[in-house]
Amino acid sequence: MDVTADEPRPWLGRSLPRVEDAALLIGRGRYIDDLGVPPGTLHAAILRSPHGHAEIVSIDPTRARALPGVTAVLVGSDVQAHSASLLVGVKAPIECWPIATDRVRYVGEPVAVVAARDRYVAEDALDLIEVAYRPLPAVIDPRAALAPDAPVLHPGLEGNLASDRVFRYGDPERAFADAAHRVAIEVDYPRSACTPIETYGVVAEYDPGLDAYDVLANFQGPFSIHAVIARALKVPGNRLRLRTPPDSGGSFGVKQGVFPYIVLIALAARATGRPVKWIEDRLEHLAASTCATNRFTRLEAAVAADGRITALTWDQIEDCGAHLRAPEPATLYRMHGNMTGAYDIRNVSIRNRVVLTNKMPTGLNRGFGGPQVYFPLERLMQRIAHELGLDPLDVIRRNLVPRGAFPYRTASGALLDSGDYAAAMESALLQGGVAELIARRDAARRDGRLYGIGYAAVVEPSVSNMGYITTVLTAAERRKAGPKNGAQSTATIALDPVGSVTVHVASVPQGQGHRTVLAQVVADVLGLKPAEVRVVTDVDTAKDGWSIASGNYSSRFAPAVTGAAHLAAMRLRERLAHIAAAQLNVPAVDVVFDGGRVQARRNRDNALSFARVAAASHWAPGTLPSEADTAIRETVFWTPPELTAPNDADEINSSLCHGFIFDICAVEIDRVTAEVRIDRYVSMHDCGRMLHPGMVAGQVNGGFAHALGAALLEEHAYGPDGSLLTGTLADYLIPTAMEVPEPLILHHETPSPLTPLGAKGVGEGNCMSTPVCIANAVADALGVADVSLPLLPARLAQQVHGPEKAPRGKTPVRPAAKEAASERQLFGEGEASVDAPATTIWAMLLDPNALMAVVPGAHAIEKVSDTCFTAEITLGIGPVKGRYRATMELSDLDPPRALTLTGSADGALGFGRGTGQVTLREEAPGRTVIGYRYQAAIGGKVASIGGRLLDGAARVIIGQFFASLARQAGGGGRPAGLWAWLRRLLGFA
Amino acid sequence: MKPARFDYVAAASAEEALEALAQEGGNARILAGGQSLLPMLNMRLARPTVLIDIMGVDEWRAVDRDGDVLRIGAAVRQVALEQDPDLARFQPLLAAALPWVGHPQTRSRGTVCGSIAHADPSAELPLVLVALGGTVHLRSRRRKRVLSAQNFFTGMMSTAREDDELIEAIALPKARTRTGYAFREVARRHGDFAIVACAAVVNGVRAQLAVGGVADRPALCELPAPGAAGLDEALDDFAWSLEARDDLHATARYRRELVRRLGRTTLEEAVRCRA
Repeated sequence: MDVTADEPRPWLGRSLPRVEDAALLIGRGRYIDDLGVPPGTLHAAILRSPHGHAEIVSIDPTRARALPGVTAVLVGSDVQAHSASLLVGVKAPIECWPIATDRVRYVGEPVAVVAARDRYVAEDALDLIEVAYRPLPAVIDPRAALAPDAPVLHPGLEGNLASDRVFRYGDPERAFADAAHRVAIEVDYPRSACTPIETYGVVAEYDPGLDAYDVLANFQGPFSIHAVIARALKVPGNRLRLRTPPDSGGSFGVKQGVFPYIVLIALAARATGRPVKWIEDRLEHLAASTCATNRFTRLEAAVAADGRITALTWDQIEDCGAHLRAPEPATLYRMHGNMTGAYDIRNVSIRNRVVLTNKMPTGLNRGFGGPQVYFPLERLMQRIAHELGLDPLDVIRRNLVPRGAFPYRTASGALLDSGDYAAAMESALLQGGVAELIARRDAARRDGRLYGIGYAAVVEPSVSNMGYITTVLTAAERRKAGPKNGAQSTATIALDPVGSVTVHVASVPQGQGHRTVLAQVVADVLGLKPAEVRVVTDVDTAKDGWSIASGNYSSRFAPAVTGAAHLAAMRLRERLAHIAAAQLNVPAVDVVFDGGRVQARRNRDNALSFARVAAASHWAPGTLPSEADTAIRETVFWTPPELTAPNDADEINSSLCHGFIFDICAVEIDRVTAEVRIDRYVSMHDCGRMLHPGMVAGQVNGGFAHALGAALLEEHAYGPDGSLLTGTLADYLIPTAMEVPEPLILHHETPSPLTPLGAKGVGEGNCMSTPVCIANAVADALGVADVSLPLLPARLAQQVHGPEKAPRGKTPVRPAAKEAASERQLFGEGEASVDAPATTIWAMLLDPNALMAVVPGAHAIEKVSDTCFTAEITLGIGPVKGRYRATMELSDLDPPRALTLTGSADGALGFGRGTGQVTLREEAPGRTVIGYRYQAAIGGKVASIGGRLLDGAARVIIGQFFASLARQAGGGGRPAGLWAWLRRLLGFA
Repeated sequence: MKPARFDYVAAASAEEALEALAQEGGNARILAGGQSLLPMLNMRLARPTVLIDIMGVDEWRAVDRDGDVLRIGAAVRQVALEQDPDLARFQPLLAAALPWVGHPQTRSRGTVCGSIAHADPSAELPLVLVALGGTVHLRSRRRKRVLSAQNFFTGMMSTAREDDELIEAIALPKARTRTGYAFREVARRHGDFAIVACAAVVNGVRAQLAVGGVADRPALCELPAPGAAGLDEALDDFAWSLEARDDLHATARYRRELVRRLGRTTLEEAVRCRA
C-alpha cells in the first residue's frame, strides 16, 4: 500500500489498506462453516452417482434409515413430491432436478441425501443405501453428442441439441465472396474451473406454519436465481429468505452453482423438521459443483491482402454438461455483443448450438464465456499473419477499432464505451520491451532453442445486461416472454442517532475488498475518513434492498455498485446540506463537507460537526427545513439506460463496459522435458478509472494465475465412459506460487462515460487473454499451427522430441497402451504354464466353487446357473481395500481349448467390468499353457480419485487372478505373468 | 470425506505397537506421519479397524550414523533429515531428493519409513533406497528380518511386509569416495507425483540409474558410464523395459523419452559431482 490513511482526500484512487484484512489475517473471518448453527441442526451427506450415464433400476434406503443417528434419507421421488423442476433457460422439453430421478447423467450427480446427527454418521449411512444401476452408453464430446446414433440424455429432447440459433450481421456472404483470403481455425476448448478454497455451504430451516424457508448459503448471485429457487420450492419469493455469510473463501463465479443444493438441503430441512447443514467436501466439489463450458469452435475469417478482416463466421458448439442449469446457456451469449473482439469487423455470421453431454453441469466461472471466444479469435489472428506472411502485430494493428471511433457500436450490437486501443497496444510494446524479446528469440533460435512470442488483444466486458441471455430466444419468443434488460445495482446509506454512517450493498463480495472501496467512495462525498464509514455486505433478502442483478459477477462492483453508492451518498449529502444550511445561515449550495465537519464555503469557521448534522433527523425531526426531508436512510437503485433488450435484428449490448487488454508472452520450451517456461508476461489494461490500484493489481494477478492454470495445468477430464478423471487436487492441478511468474502490469486509463465513477471491470480479463496469449507463444516457439489446452509437456513433447524409434530387438512384453491418455479401457495379456492336463484346468474353470476360490478375496458364492455365479469379494492394493458384489459368467465354450470369462464388480469404491479370453494349450503331456487376454473398464470413485494408480492396480488384481488360477490348477507351475511371477519369486503368491 | 469408524492405539513402546499389530494383523494400519494414510481414510479408500500410532515410540525416533551406515527409525520425520546440515556430505543423494518429496507442509509431518512402507511407485524415497542399495528392517512380535530394497518393493503400493510386521528402520550406505550422485525429477508441478524421477550413482567404472514413476516400483539399471560406448542404446533398452503407461498427466512415450533424456542428464550430473 502506497499511502497512509491519514492523507487528505480524495480517498478514491488510492491503495488504502483493506479493512477486511485484519480479521482474515488473525483467523477471525466469519465463513459459513465457522458460524454457529441452531441447536438440533442435522448434517447432510449426499450419495452421488458413480456412473456417467445409467438408469436407476432401484434404490433402497431402508438400511440407511435404520442406522442410529439418521433422521431422514431423501431420494429423487421425495424431492419431486415437494418441489418443481428448476427452470431451464431455453424453450425445450427438458427438466432439471437437483437430484437424479430416473437416471443419472454425470459422475457425482446426487442420488440421495442423508440427514443425520453428524457428518460421520451421515457418510456411514451413504454406504448402506442400495442402488441398482443399469449403465448406459455415455457421450462426452460435444460433436459426438450431435451424431444421430449418440446416446440421448434427455428423452424428451429426441437428441442432445438443446438450442440451435443462427445470427447474421452485415453482409458476411458478400465479404467472403470478395475476400482475397479465407483463414480458418478449429478449436476444442477444454473444461476448467476456478476452484475456490471454500467449497459450497448451506444451512436451511423450514417453518411449517408459514410454509417458508430460511436459508443461509454462500451463494454469490446473481439474485435472479432467488426466483428460480423459490419457484422450485413452490413458495412465493417472500417465503424464501436467503442470507449470505459475512465472509467468503472465494468464488470466482463458482458459488452461483450452489443453488441446486439450496433446494436439496431446504427440502431435507422440511422433511426432518430440523435445521440441516451441508458443507460440500473437495471430492464433491470437483465432481459436482460447476465448471466452465467446453466448446468446439470453427472460426473463419475473410481477409484482404493486407490482413484486414472483412468478415467472421463463427460456428460454436457449446457443451453445458448433463443439465441446462440456470443461467445457462449464458456462457455462450455473454460475449454475443463483442464477438468481433477488439476489432472493427462489420460482417459477422454466427451459429450457436448448445448440446448436453454426460458431464458436470456448467455455470459461472471467472471470464465467463470469454476464454472460449478469444482462444479461437486470437489464435486466428496469429494464423492470418502466418498464412499471409505478415507480422502478427501488423495484423492486429490493421484491425483494431480505431482511435476516435468511441463509443463504437459493434456489428452484433455492443457499445464499446471508451478506449484508445492502438495507443494502449503501442505503449505495451514499448514498456514491455518487445524489441528486446524479439532479439532474445532470434538469439535463442540461433542456438537451437525453442523460444516464442505470442500476443493477444481482448475486449473485457463487465456489468452484464440481464437481457443478454434472451438472445438465445427468437424475437417472437422474446416478445411472448416479455422484455428483460438492465442491471439494477443498489446501495443503502444509513445515518444512526450518533451520526455515524453505515453503507449496505448487495454486491456479495468474495474476498475482493468491496468494503474498503465503498468506504472510500462514501467518505469522499461526506467529507469523512474511510475508517468512519462502516460497510456491511452480507445480504438478507428479507430485509435488504436487492434486485435480480444483485450479486458478485460480471465484474460489476467497480463500474456499477460503487456508482450506486456514490449516488446514494450524493443524495444524502444534498439533504444534509439543507439541514446544515438552516443552522449555518448560508444557502445549501454553499455548504461544504470536509474533515468530519460541515462548513460554510466562505467562512470555514462557521461549521458544525458532521455527526451533529447527521443525527438531526433522529433527534429533532420537527426542526428540519422542508427541503431537507428526513436524512436517515437513502437507498438508490441504478441501472444504465444503455442496457436495452435485444432488438428484432438480434443486436444486443450484452455488457455496459468494455475494457481493453493487450498481452505479450515470451516462452521457452525445454528441449529435454518439453516444459513451458514463461520468460516474460506483459499485461496492459484499460479498465477505465482505477478506484484502488492495489486491488486492480490483485485482480490482474489473480486472473493471470487462474488463466495460467487453464493454459498449462487444469482440465476437468472425463473418460469416454463418462468417468471423471480429475476427482482430487492431485489430478486437477491448480497453479501454486511455484508455477506463477509475476506479470508486468501496465495501465492506460480511459474512463468510461457510462458509469458514475468512470470505472470498468477488471477482474476477469486475464482469464480471456492469457490462455490464448501463452498458446500463441508456444505455437510460435514450436512453429506449429495447432496447439490445444492444457499445454501438457507430454503433448508438446511430440513436436519437441520428434518421432520415436521402435525398440531394438524384440517388441516389449506388453505393448504400451495405444489409446489416448484419457482412455479408461485397460488391455492386457499373459501366459501361465501349469503342470496339469488341459482337461483338469477346463473342469476347474467350469466349477464355480473352484473358480471362485481363485478370485482374490472371494466369499459368499452363489450359483445362478451352470455358467454364471455371484460372490462377495474383497479387493485391494496396499491399504486400499473395498468390498464388491461380483458376478462371473462363462461363454463361448470350446472344451477343452477356449472360453470367454465375463466378470463385473460393484462396490462403494467403484465398479469394474471385464472380459477375458482364456485359451488352453498342452505344450507337453500333463503340462498346459494358460493364455489370457483381457480388456477391462473401471469407473466410479477409484477412477476419479486414484486414476494415477488405477490401471496398475487393476493389472495387479487381474494378474493375481490368473496366477491364482494357475496355482490352483497345477500347484508347482510357474505363472509367467509379471506380477504373479514376482509374487511367487518373493514367496507370497 | 469423513473416515469410517476405527480404533486408535497410541503405542508407548515398540512392544506395545508390535503386540497390537500381531493381534489385528491386516485390519490394522500403522499411523506415522499420516500424510498418505489419512487422506485415504477420509476418502474411505482404506478402512482399517485399528490405527496404531507409533510416533510416541522413543526407540524409533533415532537417526543413527553407525560407521558407514545411516539408520533412520520409523518415527523420524522427513523434515528432521532435511534440516540436518551434515546430510549432504554423508549421503548427497538423499539430501538431493528430499526437497522433491511433497511439500514443506507434508515433510514436516511425513516420515521416511512411512513413505517406504506406502511404496508409491512415484515416490522419491523408495527410489533413493533402491538406488543406494539400502535395506529395510522389518520387525514383528515373532522376529526381525532385513530385506534389500529391491526385494522389499514387490509392486504398486505392495511390499514384502507381512501383516504383523512393521518397518522399524531403513538403512542407507554412506557416500562412497570417487562416486557421484545426482537426482532429477519431472512432475507437472513441483511437489506433485513424479512423472519420471531419476537417481544416478556413478563411480569410475560403474553407472547405475534408478527410475521412479514409470514402472510399478523403482527400477534399477546398470549402464555404461557417460562417455563410454553404448549408453544411449542401454538407456533406450531400459526405457522400453519399464513398460510405461499412459495416464492423465503423461503418455508412455513421454515417460520413455524422459528416461532416455533425463536419465542421461542425471548420469552426467553425477559424473560432475563425483567427489
